[in-house]
Amino acid sequence: MSDTNQAPKSAAATHEDAALLPPVDVLEDAGGITLYADLPGVPKDRLSLHVEADVLTIDGEVVLDAPEGMELTHTEVGLPRYRRQFTLSKELDAGKVKASFEQGVLTLRIPKAEHAQPRRIEVQVV
Amino acid sequence: MYYRSMFPRDLLAELERLQREVPQTVEPGPSIRGQKRGYPALNVGGTPNAVEIYAFAPGLDPATLDVQLEKGILTIAGERKAPAVSEQATVHIGERFAGRFRRVVSLPDDIDPNSIVAKYRDGMLHVSVQRREETQPRRISIQ
Repeated sequence: MSDTNQAPKSAAATHEDAALLPPVDVLEDAGGITLYADLPGVPKDRLSLHVEADVLTIDGEVVLDAPEGMELTHTEVGLPRYRRQFTLSKELDAGKVKASFEQGVLTLRIPKAEHAQPRRIEVQVV
Repeated sequence: MYYRSMFPRDLLAELERLQREVPQTVEPGPSIRGQKRGYPALNVGGTPNAVEIYAFAPGLDPATLDVQLEKGILTIAGERKAPAVSEQATVHIGERFAGRFRRVVSLPDDIDPNSIVAKYRDGMLHVSVQRREETQPRRISIQ
């Protein structure tokens, strides 16, 4: 699994396309990969996950419940959108991804395909 | 970062990563990496009758969040636990914040310390502080 985010093409990238890169943790164990991503402010129905070919895309939209006429005076999160893409290795079974999303933290579990699972080979004593 | 030196990788991939990260570090680009700006990231806004503080603090148990207001200083503190990593697991990317945090915001003088509401939803803490009524602008009618 590798991170395949393109560098922003230019500062003038279309505003709609601009998105924040959410911080992630990626852990691998014998059975597969676990990915955690921080997407604070994204309600469940505004999160989209999809796998196309071997590219996994995480896309989320921030919803602020701002009162009418509010003016931001200090901004650290300057865009209302998160996006990040990962290329999944062939070893992973993209069809069996399990996802959960709780309090802004996305947890994805991607198991390794059966042929890539480690197998224990019995050593016979003759 | 530590894990990178532990797992030397493909040089081209590293270059690509550099190319991506350098502009983010140098320019005030679209990044919310907690390491650079502190955790949680804060947005602060105001209306004529309230001050709104948004803390982007994903993955917390609201019971462990400590929000205090003292003499016009709002403090948001707490702790975020790192995900459990079993001994056989390898960490490939570790960017998310873990540990204790504390952020402090100085509020304007005209707020009412008795009308403060804090909500935690979708990993975001929203603190809303009303301004005192007597300080709100009033139109004075001319007789």
